[in-house]
Amino acid sequence: MDYAKKDLISINDLSKSDILYFIDTAKEFKKISLQDIKKVPTMRGKTILNLFFEPSTRTKTSFEIAQKRLSADTINLSISQSSVVKGESLSDTILNLQAMKADAFVIRHYESGAPFFISNITNASVINAGDGINEHPTQCLLDIMTIFEHKKEIKSLKIAIIGDIVHSRVARSDIAGLSKLGAEIYLYGPQTLMPRFINSDNIKIAGSMDNAVKEADVIIMLRVQKERTAFYFIPSIEEYRNYFKLTGEILKLASKDVLILHPGPVNRDVEISGSIINSGKTAIFDQVENGIAIRMACLYILLGGRHS
Amino acid sequence: MEKLLIKNGIVVDPFTDTQVKRDIYIENGLIKDVKNETVGAKDINIINADNLFVLPGLIDMHVHLREPGFEYKETIKTGMEAAIAGGFTSICCMPNSNPVNDCKEVNSFIINKAKSFDLCNVFTIGAISRGNEGLNLANIGDLKNSGAVAISDDGMPVEDSSLMARALLYAKTFDMPVISHSEDIKLRGKGVMNEGIISHKLGVNGIPSVAEEIAIFRDIKLAEYFGASLHIAHVSTKGSVELIKMAKNNGINITFETCPHYFSITEESLLSYNTNAKMNPPLRPQEDVNAIKNALREGLFDVIASDHAPHSEDEKNTTLDEAPFGIIGLETSLALTLGLYHEKYLSMIDIANLMSYNPAKILKLQNRGAIINGNAGDITIINPEKKWTYKKENIKSLSKNSPFINKSFKGAVMYAIINGKIFKL
Repeated sequence: MDYAKKDLISINDLSKSDILYFIDTAKEFKKISLQDIKKVPTMRGKTILNLFFEPSTRTKTSFEIAQKRLSADTINLSISQSSVVKGESLSDTILNLQAMKADAFVIRHYESGAPFFISNITNASVINAGDGINEHPTQCLLDIMTIFEHKKEIKSLKIAIIGDIVHSRVARSDIAGLSKLGAEIYLYGPQTLMPRFINSDNIKIAGSMDNAVKEADVIIMLRVQKERTAFYFIPSIEEYRNYFKLTGEILKLASKDVLILHPGPVNRDVEISGSIINSGKTAIFDQVENGIAIRMACLYILLGGRHS
Repeated sequence: MEKLLIKNGIVVDPFTDTQVKRDIYIENGLIKDVKNETVGAKDINIINADNLFVLPGLIDMHVHLREPGFEYKETIKTGMEAAIAGGFTSICCMPNSNPVNDCKEVNSFIINKAKSFDLCNVFTIGAISRGNEGLNLANIGDLKNSGAVAISDDGMPVEDSSLMARALLYAKTFDMPVISHSEDIKLRGKGVMNEGIISHKLGVNGIPSVAEEIAIFRDIKLAEYFGASLHIAHVSTKGSVELIKMAKNNGINITFETCPHYFSITEESLLSYNTNAKMNPPLRPQEDVNAIKNALREGLFDVIASDHAPHSEDEKNTTLDEAPFGIIGLETSLALTLGLYHEKYLSMIDIANLMSYNPAKILKLQNRGAIINGNAGDITIINPEKKWTYKKENIKSLSKNSPFINKSFKGAVMYAIINGKIFKL
């Protein structure tokens, strides 16, 4: 198995077998994090630049740890203290950093399409760590990895994705990736937050929360941002809590061994009851753990694998 | 056990599209099939409806009760009494009270207060935006959950198209119909009546008819694009009728309402600066009145509603500029509509559709709007030939702001039967 592309920009660029290859590779790397000495020399001598144009805790830390465990040289560029605030263009920023012989850029950007733009102007590898409302491919891969740890197959699973779908890069990458693996996807949330143009038979908009959750094998809950009230997408957080929160009661409708995921950060008792998390019914921390393995695998496949 | 037999009436039922002489039996507040033994039973109330029309209880889906906040104009109770006097068994009240009905507390207050009087059915319409201010969505799920049947910012048109779009989508999530007061409020400006020859003659600011039409067009397009269900309130112009034709031809899921004053009188009613003829949308010229009447005959409208808008005598006893918009209508709505029956614009079945069946369907009122076994025992019995005069001293509404005072009518309500309870009029 080989993966020829230099970048990971969109899940849509991966075939089904590509996805499985990333997951299989990640399974191997997961073992490294369980060792006493959590470090391998695989990427010694590689320079990786983490460019986060948007706040991030989980993803940024996860990438950084992945890089360190692979022995890469990692630079975190703090955008708020960079030339970007002096008015330097995105392309100039990248070209200057490329001149410093970066091997890879990990990009988180508030604008959709920024990693794609960057991938076109640099020879270095580009990994999309989340762009605008577009995609978050490594989150999708770690979600798939987590599901595979609990379910034999993804084909024909009923997967409910609930919340702010239309603004969620996680939802968009998950929908694309899980569709490639044959899942039946049910979306639910306020109609204001639902995608309006779906042209795939395996993706359905559920008529109610109950319908979405009923007999679901996997439930992916999404964070709702408080700012969504400002542009009339939702009336209030209270209202969201009352009608779109996953509660223990609703959860009873799901399949007996339902797997609950959430990309984080969680708004407890807004989109999901805190008690569901407290009682250990979610795989949120498995997702975080697998995130490091997936990012190690991505770096390895895009950089190490390609050049070795 | 309360039993009621309505005998020999001409029963007009829009559900079965029939108009036949038959008996109606109501037991414990519900319509039941007539059986031979019920006809002979002893402990039974009987209404002899010879030569009278028996309609499913009339529903006025556009009423302003002024409680809470403006009890000097109308209370929930006086509004209900006016409704019954006008032959309505159900009314729906708009949210622009004070506080605005934009939350479950106000909504429950109105519903519970209305229930405490054994009068007509009251259904509430919640706000689209918090405080009717057009800045944030109201808690529409809460409104639905606490009993509201629709949402509207009636009186304060939703200016921001993105708010309207999101309201349509969000309400769709809860299967809540949206009622639009469609008006370009900036274009209305300081206008107090229809812009035209009469406003020019009186020297007052006019409201151009396009202020209504532009907004209706926008709302039709939004509902079409987002596939949402929308009801357009109080349509008053010829141009709007053209838009209705366009929408209906395109099969868009929108319903349209007009009010009796728009097909009964013209802007000339304001000639003496008559503030009791000041309303919004304003009375229009004869050409528009004819267009509304013809549209009703062609079946373009879904609903006739009164837009009952009480204001105190003191508030109306001033200049056209200062007086508030609005007239009362609950007690004249049916009589004015029966005028179109006599002019052969509408059949009795049409009236039952416009004033009962369609409002129930649009607002998804369970078990109302049709005479079916098991439905609520809501019936309006009409004598279309009875002559009467609308006298100020007989008005049940707390407010008296009507341009129809002292008008003589042909056609009156004889009984309103509400959940089996008889109100003889």
